[in-house]
Amino acid sequence: MAETDKDGQDIVLEARDVTRTFMISAGFLRGKRPLHAVNGVNLKVPRGEVLGLVGESGCGKSTMAKMLLGLLPPSSGELFVDNVPTSRMERLEMARKVQPIFQDPYSSLNPRKTIGDIIALPVRVQGNADETALRRQVEEIMELVGLPRRLYRNYPNQLSGGQRQRVAVARALINKPEVVICDEPTSALDVSVQSQILNLLQDLRAELNLTYIVISHNLAVVEHMATRVAVMYLGRLVEVAETDRLFENPQHPYTKALLDSVLTPDPNLGVPDSSLGVTYPNPVDPPSGCTFHPRCADCMDHCSQSAPRTIATETGYVECHLYDDNQGRGRAAS
Amino acid sequence: MTDGTEHELILKVENLTVDIPVAAGMLHPVQAVSFEVRRGETLCIVGESGCGKSLTSLSIMNLLPSTAIRTATHLALDGEELQNVSENRMADIRGDKMAMIFQEPMTSLNPSYTIGNQLEEALLRHRKVSKSEARDRAVYLLEKVGITAARSRLTQYPHQLSGGLRQRVMIAMALMCGPEMIIADEPTTALDVTIQAQILHLLADLQKEFNMGMILITHDLGVVSRIADRVAVMYAGQVVETGTAKQVFENPTHPYTQGLLECIPIPGKTERGAHLGSIPGIVPSLVGDLPGCHFADRCRYAADRCRTGEITLRDSFDPGHVYRCVLQPDECAAHLKKGAA
Repeated sequence: MAETDKDGQDIVLEARDVTRTFMISAGFLRGKRPLHAVNGVNLKVPRGEVLGLVGESGCGKSTMAKMLLGLLPPSSGELFVDNVPTSRMERLEMARKVQPIFQDPYSSLNPRKTIGDIIALPVRVQGNADETALRRQVEEIMELVGLPRRLYRNYPNQLSGGQRQRVAVARALINKPEVVICDEPTSALDVSVQSQILNLLQDLRAELNLTYIVISHNLAVVEHMATRVAVMYLGRLVEVAETDRLFENPQHPYTKALLDSVLTPDPNLGVPDSSLGVTYPNPVDPPSGCTFHPRCADCMDHCSQSAPRTIATETGYVECHLYDDNQGRGRAAS
Repeated sequence: MTDGTEHELILKVENLTVDIPVAAGMLHPVQAVSFEVRRGETLCIVGESGCGKSLTSLSIMNLLPSTAIRTATHLALDGEELQNVSENRMADIRGDKMAMIFQEPMTSLNPSYTIGNQLEEALLRHRKVSKSEARDRAVYLLEKVGITAARSRLTQYPHQLSGGLRQRVMIAMALMCGPEMIIADEPTTALDVTIQAQILHLLADLQKEFNMGMILITHDLGVVSRIADRVAVMYAGQVVETGTAKQVFENPTHPYTQGLLECIPIPGKTERGAHLGSIPGIVPSLVGDLPGCHFADRCRYAADRCRTGEITLRDSFDPGHVYRCVLQPDECAAHLKKGAA
């Protein structure tokens, strides 16, 4: 487990050229066509890091999350948790190491189970259920996430949205996982509750040395939580960088456009005019070359002909012809 | 954002109250809400779930559930009092002079009718026009809201369009009869940030172009600050603070408004990973009478005097900026500075 890569980093989660393809029916009698939901993703997540994964609907964020949770095998490529390939891991072992927190605490908790049962289920599934010890364990985790013990025998519909999301957090953490996948953890919650859950997640990460993957379309939340951010577009990570660098000096035109769309509360500014005029392309029929070129403000002639290479930046990488010295305008220096 | 063009009053709401009898007693989801909207002006109603913002808009449209009881001293659209008009007259107004854009473009379009059908319906209902004239108007508006190949879209069904396109269709539908007042209830909540910016931009442009009054209901403070001329912050059925966007965002006076603004992470302002502000506790039940300040149980500055009598709206520093709190404006501002330090 203490195996480290060449930089001395303890890599807890790694994706090597991971691809997931779905066969989509193109219509009656027309056969099926491939949809590359995730298309050649390379990623290393060191222990203790919070990786933000951002992108529009349909970019493959949720497919990525499902693969990281072991709910969906990759079509090709390999995922590693603690340097063990997930294809060689048992289902239960995977569940012990990687746990999810879902978006909507109203639909992700079984309405017919008590809070105690919901939180205890991951332990019961693992098979080591000593009921008295388990009860104590559940009460400890409830206290940790700020749920009063008296809710043990209550049902989800008796709880507020914030309390429900705390139940989801408790359920994810009771087996002491290594990685927690937070898929839009706060977007179903009110503003005042959202901040409580974000604070809780931050505290727990420090306390339990957790690694988070935060998937969100709310860039302000990602900026606040993440140490590194990966920007996804049509199944590929088009830019990965440390959060500071990404927000201060975005490289990829898509990242720039995304950041321009963030509405910070400032009455002196109007609504930004996003340059992303054309609608999101159909992933079954992606554009040629760089898949972003029809929406790109900096599109050049060869962008529609060849796919960009992966170009290393200070704290990550970017996939864009602009920064390719051989073909682009050589602006990588900026 | 207010330029010196036209400022004719289009909607006047005074002491709008909604009561709904429920098993446990009388629910008061909207309590004496007052505001005015002028032509070309955007009023944003902001608040959390259950604060009464959606019911406020539904009661203006007279689309409340049948058990609800609506009262007001004034509820006037373009000078016409709406409280006692017949349902027939209200149906004439709805979709014609006053139109609504709903939150969920997935569920508020009828899946079994084509886009064209649904767009033309309002115009055919309200105006004496031929089918082809209605179709031309639909094509014109679809192009206006940025939909390409508009004529071919008319024969498509809602499921054939993406979420962003459906919301554009909803906007086009609301504009069919050239309304004077438009009410948009969370128009961008279900959409991606990139599409959200486009839709808001579009709404603001169209509103200026057609010189409409607009009420935009949202819980997103970022959206409010960018698009609003005036802001009304609602909490537990009451307006707790109103003013221009600049007044409310730069000098938030009510402790609830201050709390809300501390809760959201702002890139470049809030420290990464640091604790965000939070508002402890939950919204009080609005069944039965609730004496004093509704926010008292969650307020950091609450004292005994907050819990009795009725707290009325009072002036903050600038004219037109009012809030509902026992504290003086400078006391509130002092608290805000202390909170920030």
